[in-house]
Amino acid sequence: MKGMTLIVKTVTRLTVGLIMLYGLYITFHGHLTPGGGFAGGVILSLSFIHLILAFGKEFVIKKFSETITSVGESLAAVIFLSIAVSGFLAGYFFKNFYGQGVPFKLFSAGIILPCNLAIFLKVGLGLFSAFLCLVLFVSTNSKE
Amino acid sequence: MGIELVISGLLVLMIIAAIVAVEIKDLLSSVVAVGAVGVVLSLLFLLLQAPDLAIVQLVVEILALIILVRATVTRDGTDYSTKEIFVKTVTMIGVLIFIFYAFRAIKELPRFGEPKMKVASYYVTEGNGIKNNISETGAANIVASIILDYRGYDTLGEATVLFTAVLGVLAVMRKVGRKK
Repeated sequence: MKGMTLIVKTVTRLTVGLIMLYGLYITFHGHLTPGGGFAGGVILSLSFIHLILAFGKEFVIKKFSETITSVGESLAAVIFLSIAVSGFLAGYFFKNFYGQGVPFKLFSAGIILPCNLAIFLKVGLGLFSAFLCLVLFVSTNSKE
Repeated sequence: MGIELVISGLLVLMIIAAIVAVEIKDLLSSVVAVGAVGVVLSLLFLLLQAPDLAIVQLVVEILALIILVRATVTRDGTDYSTKEIFVKTVTMIGVLIFIFYAFRAIKELPRFGEPKMKVASYYVTEGNGIKNNISETGAANIVASIILDYRGYDTLGEATVLFTAVLGVLAVMRKVGRKK
């Protein structure tokens, strides 16, 4: 899989950043508008998959290997759990302990925004590492 | 009465697409029919006023469809041989209809910098009889305040399920220990 034509590559270069930004937007506004960490994470992994389909897998693996994505996913899971555990500082597990802020502002709603960000990283890198595994599996099988 | 008719029509469309997906001979067409089922399901969620679920359904459907298409299509490249005037005419008419309705929908969007979500502002201002949960969590999206605050354990369990699934894929597809 060496990637597609020059037209697809140019359009990908222009759009992939916007797709990533849209995933970040959906995550950051998860407590204000519909969406949230899961949908944003899937959009993040779709932008990486877009890169793989357009440029070929070698281009992406140079920057994101299978190990980096799976380690990142595990780290995000640990971050999510530590946010939950840090609720013990004020009382109990999953306590929404720091300030609620003004409703309808970006930095409001306490731990919901950091939790959304952790889920964003976890879902995005997890689904991307699964896709990467499938691509590598197919390619090594066809070589043998 | 109107919304029930629309929902019933969409359900019939889903059943037809599912039957096509099972019965058709071509593998790629079957995958496309499965995608049609998912997109109509996402539309149904939107009509039943579950926008969070509709977004997740649409996005996950796209991801699953990409994986299925990559798995079923063995050759790269596109076939440009179709020159049917009928298909092109229908496509152009569809694009024009889409642009017309999209232009009408753009006018309905809230203005730039307008922070308020309509449903949430209903709960804030009126809140008749319903317990005002914005005062408790500070989140304008009530679904987010439920899945990450009231039902945080559920989200933790779902994250564990996804983690285990990815772990399973990584374990099955690993290079070390695979038989030559």
